[in-house]
Amino acid sequence: MPMFQPQIETMPREELRALQLAKLKKQVEHAYNDVPFYKKQLDERGVRPEHIKTLKDVALLPLTTKEELRQNYPFGMFGVPQKDVVRIHASSGTTGKPTVVGYTKQDLDVWSDCVARFCAAVGVTAEDTAQISFGYGLFTGALGLHMGLEKLGASVIPISSGNTDKQLMLMEDFGTTVLIATPSYALYLAEAIHERGLADRLKLKIGLFGSECCTPEMRAQIEKHMNVFATDNYGLSECGGPGMSGECHLRNGLHINEDHFLCEILDANTFEPVEEGEKGELVITCLSKQCLPVLRYRTKDITSIDYSPCACGRTFARMAKVTARTDDMLIIKGVNVFPSQIESVLMGMEGVAPHYQLVLRKKRLMDTLEVKVELGDSASLERFAELETLQRNIHDRLKSVLGLECKVTLVEPGSLERFQGKAKRVLDLRNEENA
Amino acid sequence: MLIDQISIFVSNQQGRLTDITSVLSDAGIDIRAFSLADTTEFGILRLIVDDPDGAMEALKGNNLIVRKTKVIAARFGDTPGSLNKVLQYLTDANIPIEYAYAFVTPENNEACVILRAGDNDLAFKILAENGVKLLTSGDICKL
Repeated sequence: MPMFQPQIETMPREELRALQLAKLKKQVEHAYNDVPFYKKQLDERGVRPEHIKTLKDVALLPLTTKEELRQNYPFGMFGVPQKDVVRIHASSGTTGKPTVVGYTKQDLDVWSDCVARFCAAVGVTAEDTAQISFGYGLFTGALGLHMGLEKLGASVIPISSGNTDKQLMLMEDFGTTVLIATPSYALYLAEAIHERGLADRLKLKIGLFGSECCTPEMRAQIEKHMNVFATDNYGLSECGGPGMSGECHLRNGLHINEDHFLCEILDANTFEPVEEGEKGELVITCLSKQCLPVLRYRTKDITSIDYSPCACGRTFARMAKVTARTDDMLIIKGVNVFPSQIESVLMGMEGVAPHYQLVLRKKRLMDTLEVKVELGDSASLERFAELETLQRNIHDRLKSVLGLECKVTLVEPGSLERFQGKAKRVLDLRNEENA
Repeated sequence: MLIDQISIFVSNQQGRLTDITSVLSDAGIDIRAFSLADTTEFGILRLIVDDPDGAMEALKGNNLIVRKTKVIAARFGDTPGSLNKVLQYLTDANIPIEYAYAFVTPENNEACVILRAGDNDLAFKILAENGVKLLTSGDICKL
């Protein structure tokens, strides 16, 4: 598989670490001198840019949260004058003000390099036709992939999300070979392709699925219904959008673009580094960003990093697929539950479809969890007892995985909501009266 | 001969049964007998119809979970003790009954019971040997 920037992607680790250190020193200086928020933060800790002598000294720097970015709305975190800003994105502000991300010309160039790298790493070339079914707009996903794929020379179809009929029509007529979508929308499209018997008429080869967590089981479901090689990439708008990391064709973790990002894995409670290879919260320092020089950004995503060499030849470390966020974690009767755990159980069961919803309620001050899942086939309709057995099997598996009692409800196919953007599968009614 | 029965998975939602009967109505399907078993969340609707294949196609086309299974249709006089006699044959042969539902045909003063036995083929044989009148798919259409 050809690399987009082989000289960087295969750089010996020692050289890479020297490069990271040089860039970290420069970046801390930039943040200190040009962003008053960081000057104040560092001064309060008595830290000066020249105190950064090794990569480990990153621990001297303050952690940055999404809340702090919001408090500096709109441009308080920008480290360049407005004349140098060429693009402004913002993350979905479901609560209050959005978080704003700005880019200089060079920032856009770095960003599209990063995207082009992970696209090339799974086999996308200038010969490909790429259909971008992410929603365009302030969201970084669509434009990030757009620029990276253009840089690679692929033919880009900026169709945006929604309008499934048109998606499938162009997919067939334009001979789309690469699909860019959220895993939940990909699953929705896969179902539509399957229902209409379109699979043989399409030329799809590669799926670049990102912007939300996707369990391996869900990926297998997408591949089952749609003839694609499904790949994962990662990024977050606060650190510039997609392209922080992405899988290579071996799909054995996501290669981090370490020349532009310095990653740490911290214990989510103590913020101390975990042992190498252990799971924890991913914290990112952007090494190249001019407009938004974010230091130690708390992603709330849970992953681990593997520094061992990859058979693809890249020296960049690999992070594990993110399947949980500290934000997603539900606390039910005091038990920590990640929706991804439930998804894994459901996707591994015969007889149910990969569509589910989690409903949380409070009954007499006790939390309850109801898992609604669509019945997948008619195999258990022969006897009532078989449906009850299916229900009981799901219940028992969930109970053993979660350590928690829950109610399993089988529902009709197509009755649960389908998602064209990020999926919302948790309905928390615990704070609502009479729920 | 065993006859075809159609089973449909139904969510417990107001109006859901009507959704299904309207699909059958639009497809011109005649329902001869039906039973609806339910729990608090879902039910299974079982139907005997004049055109099982047509009904399957129409229901599947509406994204419903449907299955065609074989059941026994036994017919006997609508008099006290008739049903008991039929069931006793199966009990004597140690054949369990999974579920059953019945209807009467007033013109002939006869009753008909639809049965799903633990072993349908054996149950059918026993009933036939004991002279119970068993209906074919053709008979059901003519009722």
